[in-house]
Amino acid sequence: MAEKVSNKSVLFNPFSKNNPVIVQVLGICSVLAVTAKLEPAIVMGISVIAVLAFSNVIISLIRNTIPTNIRIIVQLVVVAGLVVIVNQLLMAYTYDVSKQLSVFIGLIITNCILMGRLEAFAMANKPWPSFLDGVGNGVGYAIILIIVAFFRELLGSGTLLGYQVVPQWCYEHGYVNNGLMILPPMALIVVGCIIWIHRSINKDLQDD
Amino acid sequence: MLRKYLDKIKPNFMPGGKLQAFRSVFDGFETFLYTPKSTSTSGVHVHDAIDSKRVMIIVVLALIPCLLFGMYNAGYQNALCSGAEMTHWEMFLYGFLAILPKLVVTYVVGLGIEFIVAQKRGEEIQEGFLVTGILVPLICPITTPLWMLAVATAFSVIFVKEVFGGTGYNIFNVALVTRAFLFFAYPAKMSGDSAFIPNEPICGLGGTVTYADGVSGATPLGQISTGAQQITDAIGDPVSTWDAFLGLIPGSFGETSTLCILIGAALLLLTGIASWRIMLSVFAGGLVMGFIANTFPSELYPASMLSPVDQLVYGGFAFAAVFMATDPVTAARTATGKYIYGFLVGVIAILIRVYNTGYPEGAMLAVLLMNAFAPLIDYCVVQTNISRRLRRLRDKA
Repeated sequence: MAEKVSNKSVLFNPFSKNNPVIVQVLGICSVLAVTAKLEPAIVMGISVIAVLAFSNVIISLIRNTIPTNIRIIVQLVVVAGLVVIVNQLLMAYTYDVSKQLSVFIGLIITNCILMGRLEAFAMANKPWPSFLDGVGNGVGYAIILIIVAFFRELLGSGTLLGYQVVPQWCYEHGYVNNGLMILPPMALIVVGCIIWIHRSINKDLQDD
Repeated sequence: MLRKYLDKIKPNFMPGGKLQAFRSVFDGFETFLYTPKSTSTSGVHVHDAIDSKRVMIIVVLALIPCLLFGMYNAGYQNALCSGAEMTHWEMFLYGFLAILPKLVVTYVVGLGIEFIVAQKRGEEIQEGFLVTGILVPLICPITTPLWMLAVATAFSVIFVKEVFGGTGYNIFNVALVTRAFLFFAYPAKMSGDSAFIPNEPICGLGGTVTYADGVSGATPLGQISTGAQQITDAIGDPVSTWDAFLGLIPGSFGETSTLCILIGAALLLLTGIASWRIMLSVFAGGLVMGFIANTFPSELYPASMLSPVDQLVYGGFAFAAVFMATDPVTAARTATGKYIYGFLVGVIAILIRVYNTGYPEGAMLAVLLMNAFAPLIDYCVVQTNISRRLRRLRDKA
């Protein structure tokens, strides 16, 4: 990499200014799929942080020995290996959540954020910055996931992490959970709102 | 006299006046009450004598028969189910009292958002909500709680209209999105046996409906989708096509009477506001699809037993054809495109109604789906035209 980027900005930029979900608009698919409840969203976020950080490190370590024309395959193999490990761990310790997440843990392999970071960063940087970059982007992804899941679970089920939050007397007085919040379209609209707020705060991100 | 008063208070709202923050509000009311006198000063402008506020008012007038009939029907259904004794005027008054809070809530929420947005952007208030505000209560079940109506209206005004740039820029019909939001968000309140009949006394009128044996408020299409052999009204008497045409059946507030809808349609067509191409082709599409479904009746899809004409008079089909599909903003613009658009609305409405047993009625979803396709239809029509004329040019040369 020609320009020198400080480790600090590598770690913290993806939180907001260069957020993978709301600025680069990557990984939207899993944001729609796993955010109906808060718990799977948190687990998914942590899984992505782990896979992203370690695959970044591994690729960065072997970046000089990977032949250019098969680099995508090598990256996929590394990611797939890590995803299998994560999947086994989840099945061993949090079986219910892993059942809820079902294929979406496996689909981390095809998550655009991972391929993007491996190609754009890990292939050209040393292991330690790559690790920070992986953690930063993973956290950026997890933040959005958790915000979306928070609103969807609160408004759609009246619970947070499975605990009843909306008091019973609301239901007795005619309050009804919003069924649309459980459906994926609403996740897209919530993400849209987050982007709306984010862009109106960070004016430099607005395209004219 | 009103004119004089408006002229007197006008300076307050001009820039520099003490109430300039409310300029757009004042402007909105002034142009609503009187056609603006100002004319454009530069360039060539072709103006129709009738501006969009006048258009909106005619649509509202066309909806009045449905609204009045809906009031009567609400009272009638309540009296029928609860056994309360009501004269015709009391039924009417009952329905009026039932719908009034809904109209007020829809207008206050919708116009409130429009006023705030217009003021923030420094624009004139746009008049699109005049029609939406009356459509929303008409297409919802009478028992819809007010807060749900408010949430749904706010959602669709913000996310369907304002984020796209306000009146005239929305890609979907705002009233229908309100209805769709309610339908998907609160399904329990929007369908079933108890949603379509007002079930409580209002101001001492009417009676409480208890769904005892033999009383069911399911709409005709609801009954069919659950496999009923004979369509009945709420207390079990059979309903004929003629009854459904007149509209004394359970259903969303304003859509039950095909007769009243046709009166509104006549007004819209005579004034040239709604496109006859769309209306005609929606009904044609409905008839064709109804005919196809009826040619291959199946026990699996009970609605396929209905005759094509029955398909048109039951449910929200006629209302959607006359008032929803013809919305000039969201429909196709080209003449050929209008035929295609309307025909597909009709076909898809019946298709959903018959072959998706989960949804007894498909008119709403059909119009929304075709809203999304309208620009594509227009694009294809225009491109076909261009290539045809190019070919003609080439042949000549």
